[in-house]
Amino acid sequence: METVVFFALAALAVGCALLLVLFRNPVYSALSLVGTLFSVAGLFVLLDAHFLAAVQIIVYAGAIMVLFLFVIMLLNLGSADPLDAIPGRFRQWAVIFLSAILVAHIGWMSLRHMRGGPIENEALATSNVPYIGKLLYTDFLLPFEITSLILLVALIGVVVLVKRESSKAS
Amino acid sequence: MSVPISYYLLLSAILFTIGVAGVLTRRNVIVIFMCIELMLNAVNLTFVAFARQLGQGDGQVFVFFVMAVAAAEVAVGLAIIIALFRNRETIDVGEVNLLKW
Repeated sequence: METVVFFALAALAVGCALLLVLFRNPVYSALSLVGTLFSVAGLFVLLDAHFLAAVQIIVYAGAIMVLFLFVIMLLNLGSADPLDAIPGRFRQWAVIFLSAILVAHIGWMSLRHMRGGPIENEALATSNVPYIGKLLYTDFLLPFEITSLILLVALIGVVVLVKRESSKAS
Repeated sequence: MSVPISYYLLLSAILFTIGVAGVLTRRNVIVIFMCIELMLNAVNLTFVAFARQLGQGDGQVFVFFVMAVAAAEVAVGLAIIIALFRNRETIDVGEVNLLKW
């Protein structure tokens, strides 16, 4: 049962990722990225990471994708972009060739060396949110606080970047 | 019978290389940005798979941090794209070559 769900979600994730790269229209690309994010959230549930699955849907599929769609529509890029052509046929084939080599290599290594079942951790699987919360506020307290600083700096940086310079115009 | 970790690693590798291929072939800045998000998600999947394999929560905490940094990165990057579009009237990476040697 779990294997069937895994393969369904994996096929959905890879298909949506391919559509993300292949669509000409950026709005369609954004929507297929939402599909990939949802299937990765499903895979998180399969891996007993319930908290991260919820965060994935709320933060990624909710906030970040809304931001992407907002910028696409603010800049009025909804129509297909004729400029978005790949320069040179050779480059496309080189990219596909290198990607195939990379995937084959990682797959071979993981299938060869990563055997054996998972180490059972009852607390991580059954009470996921308290476990993560306890880790976040004990062992990872300093990174957690630094993350809040990063978000503050990003907030100020965005405002500075997007603000129009009014003194120069007058 | 749970799914072995090597399947998750292989899926993550496939998603990551699709993201790399998108970054290398597309010229629309916003689509390149979305491909970077795809690569971040592939790495997150690897983190969570290893967290279950090793029975430790550290990997999941790291994914939480990656998501927070990704949100900050997206906000700053899209602000840069808006500023770029105001100044140059384009979002084609082939035409943004002022810093190119």
